[in-house]
Amino acid sequence: MYFAKEVLESSSKMRKRWEDEVKKLVSKWADQKPEAQWSTVSDLPIKRLYTPDDIKDMEFERDISYPGQYPYTRGNQVTGYRGKYWTFRMFSGMGDAATTNARWHMLLKEGQTGLSTAFDFPTLMGYDTDSPKARGECGKCGVAIDTLEDFLVLTKGVPLDKITTSMTINPPATALWAMYCAAAEIQGIPLSKIGGTIQNDMLKEFIAQKTLMCPPEPSVKLISDTVEFGTLHVPRWNTISISGYHIREAGSTAVQELAFTLRDGMEYVEDVLRRKKLDVDTFAPRLSFFFNSHIDFFEEICKMRAARRIWAKAMTERYKSKDERSWWMRFHTQTAGCSLTAQQPYNNVVRTATEALAAVLGGTQSLHTNSLDEVWCLPSDFAVQIALRTQQLIAEETGAANTIDPLAGSYFVEALTNEMEKQAWEYIHKIDDMGGMVAAIEKGFPQLEISDAAYKFQRQIDSGEKIMVGVNKYVSTEKESIPFLEIDDKIENEQIERLQAVRRKRDGKAAVKCLNDLKAACKKGENVMPYCIEAVKALCSVQEICDVYREVYGEYRDPGLY
Amino acid sequence: MADRKLRVMVAKPGLDGHDRGARVLARCFRDAGYEVIYTGCHQTPEQIVSAVVQEDVDLLGLSCLSGAHRYLYPAVTKLLKDKGVDDVTVIGGGIIPEQDFQLMYDAGLKAIFVPGATLESIITWINTNVKPRN
Amino acid sequence: MEITKKIQGGDIRAASRLIRNLEDRIPEAKTTIKHLFPLTGRAHVIGITGSPGAGKSTLTDGLIDCFRKKGKTVGVLAVDPTSPFTGGAILGDRIRMQRHAEDPGVFVRSLATRGALGGLAKAVGDAIHVMDVLGKDIVIVETVGTGQQEVDIINHSHTVLVVLVPGMGDEIQAIKAGILEIADIFVVNKADREGSSKLSRELMAMLDMAPPSAFQGGWRPPIMKVENAFEPTGFQSALEGISDKIDEHYKHLVDKDIIGSRMRRKAVVELNEAIRASILEPVLLKLLGSGQMEGLIEKVMKKEIDPYTVAEDIAKRYLEGCL
Repeated sequence: MYFAKEVLESSSKMRKRWEDEVKKLVSKWADQKPEAQWSTVSDLPIKRLYTPDDIKDMEFERDISYPGQYPYTRGNQVTGYRGKYWTFRMFSGMGDAATTNARWHMLLKEGQTGLSTAFDFPTLMGYDTDSPKARGECGKCGVAIDTLEDFLVLTKGVPLDKITTSMTINPPATALWAMYCAAAEIQGIPLSKIGGTIQNDMLKEFIAQKTLMCPPEPSVKLISDTVEFGTLHVPRWNTISISGYHIREAGSTAVQELAFTLRDGMEYVEDVLRRKKLDVDTFAPRLSFFFNSHIDFFEEICKMRAARRIWAKAMTERYKSKDERSWWMRFHTQTAGCSLTAQQPYNNVVRTATEALAAVLGGTQSLHTNSLDEVWCLPSDFAVQIALRTQQLIAEETGAANTIDPLAGSYFVEALTNEMEKQAWEYIHKIDDMGGMVAAIEKGFPQLEISDAAYKFQRQIDSGEKIMVGVNKYVSTEKESIPFLEIDDKIENEQIERLQAVRRKRDGKAAVKCLNDLKAACKKGENVMPYCIEAVKALCSVQEICDVYREVYGEYRDPGLY
Repeated sequence: MADRKLRVMVAKPGLDGHDRGARVLARCFRDAGYEVIYTGCHQTPEQIVSAVVQEDVDLLGLSCLSGAHRYLYPAVTKLLKDKGVDDVTVIGGGIIPEQDFQLMYDAGLKAIFVPGATLESIITWINTNVKPRN
Repeated sequence: MEITKKIQGGDIRAASRLIRNLEDRIPEAKTTIKHLFPLTGRAHVIGITGSPGAGKSTLTDGLIDCFRKKGKTVGVLAVDPTSPFTGGAILGDRIRMQRHAEDPGVFVRSLATRGALGGLAKAVGDAIHVMDVLGKDIVIVETVGTGQQEVDIINHSHTVLVVLVPGMGDEIQAIKAGILEIADIFVVNKADREGSSKLSRELMAMLDMAPPSAFQGGWRPPIMKVENAFEPTGFQSALEGISDKIDEHYKHLVDKDIIGSRMRRKAVVELNEAIRASILEPVLLKLLGSGQMEGLIEKVMKKEIDPYTVAEDIAKRYLEGCL
């Protein structure tokens, strides 16, 4: 019992009086919109007022607790942001490796504290720049990386033992991580000293992001290989960033994002346990998460608090983990791309700022803030600086970092956290009943839930039931023009020339041998990582490595449920 | 009793897999009374044009959020022209900066819908500008 | 006729355009079909039916591979339901077969049911003729499988595949709905799911109970299992088994001289459809156009007259030429 009996009785009386007064007023002057529309952006209904009654069944130790203590609702870190701010980690990549390297150095100089790599689509999909499938795509939405040579240009001047790097890469994750490891070796840094993250979360690709290559089974096997390799050789590396960001961007609700992401995490844990026979506590501490921070301020904060609680419970109850580092749900956050508007783009600065603040109050370990122009193009220097300053401003000026989990104890925040946790568990159990996440994906369950939610939301925007300022309310007839970053089309040819030069200069026989060794390892079910590292050092390309996977494991055929 | 329905296709050329918009549009077009075919992601211009011919559509909507529209959209319209398909209206959407609009129009696109376009505005445009082929 | 020549020459655009006109019931299209009709009869028509979610499109996609490997050209008519509320339709089968888009030997055409009046069977039946004259060796008709119309379409086929999935809960109903009579091959899809053995056993028991006369020429429908589609090798080899069985069935029809009776069944259906269309549509149009229909509806609503008497009267007047 969270409140003393007298408090609840007193509250009950006061509530009755308040409700009567509300009724009187509302009968004279109706609310601005009907009750059902006072909801979160994900349609979770929100009451006019939250009181002790809404959290009377909570138990302090069981549900709220302390930072660094089970169930971690208030956070994993005992010192909070006073010990260390969240990492200012701006997702960036553009054009060729040299251009991206320059942007990276600029961001580091401006006070960014961690790196995050955006690759272009050919790289993301495991194709070389000269593949016919890659035409027109080189460098347009991220950096073009074909071989280790490009990667060394990308990481030039970056002390890989001093800074952690995240790489948003999925099917070709083994290849790119191999390049990072090789680059570290070249800098004379042992693998035990490098830190970072590879996104490497195929389940959400099948659900939402759709950078696809091989079917689910072998995809999950490759992920297990990276977890095993990391556990044994690269202990500071987070080998999976179990992601909800993309699920949300595809149109899911906040609860769906929460449930599907955590259930994906559970699926990976179960797969590694089953396939690699590792003890759960040897690898679970290095699992990390990646959430969206969308525009509904409180929904996001509560989502993150609920996520920590759900993961802690899953790790202890389902997997009998004994090491509390396995129970910490550590996460990176990105502000919501889908909440930004093309109209009146400067409004996006405000959106990103509130979303960033929500992530901080939600206790994120690491944060990327979107730039105001990203609805149109890759971020310009001008826009990305504002985005970075947003984080720095929140950290240094707003006081948000002064105290840990400042909203704890709020009747509203605790009630909403509980509600989101409850609804997420319902989804999780439903997926359990379907036979797990891979089975649910095969049935199309998460994909269709997301499609339904996305369509519903668009209809709500169209009808005006939900507002996007500048789009369906407070619209201006005058067009605001902002400077756009352009990626020159000619870099494609330049990159192709570089790639072909690498192919000419490398020891062709050694490259072929490495690929054959990799193929044999795949067929035997061995861990592919050591073979990938050798292959990238022999200057095999991203596509050459991925073609081995395509050959051995087959290509995924999207069932196309929409 | 002739019941001429508008047949439309939504296609995603190139490697971009962000298909939220395409899926929402597919449902929207169904609700507007059209017969809609969605090709799925990762289509080459050749695959798209072949599908357009096989399905005898009146309208082709292209969606690309990776920035590769500068190459891909004109590639599709050129291929349509080469195959002698001159009676399909082509429109486009996605992440398309304003300075690229003219390039798209020059390539033969009749309209571009960027983020923020309402479903209603798209349907109104289509109903006004595209008729079931005669 | 020019269109006929184009279609005989393999012109996909002309063929698709003609199918469009057939769907839209353009009178000129009917004339064209009259010209095409004598040229038909070469293609092996395969009907695939089963509940939504049974995985028909994925199977069709795999079967296309098998037939192409055997050097055969393939046409696919993929039918999806029209929304009764909006009149629109999501034609969602092509997405699963789109990887064949550049293969000139494959022609996939999506059609919507467009609702009522049995018009579906007619349009699809005619579309099969178009595919046939186009030169497709195999024509696969993939339907939604939820109604009598679909059974009619299936009657246009030489070989009928009925696709069932364990755990969908409706397989027994589908069997009761007369599907047994039309199935030449049962496919238990997603057979790695729970309930697969039970489903196979139930099918087997049902076939055991059928009188021998139910099996034309002694063909007892085999029950073929297909497991996880995400495991490419196993899936493709199961499909090769099915495509071989399909070929075997066609050979059986020819050898046992049953093909004649299938052709007869098809002719009966086509004739019924054509007569129905030729009579029912103009009659309804006349009644609607002359305003008679409204009055009749009112009377039936008020129970002043029953619909059967109305119909008899209309038929009499029609036959006497004084509608």
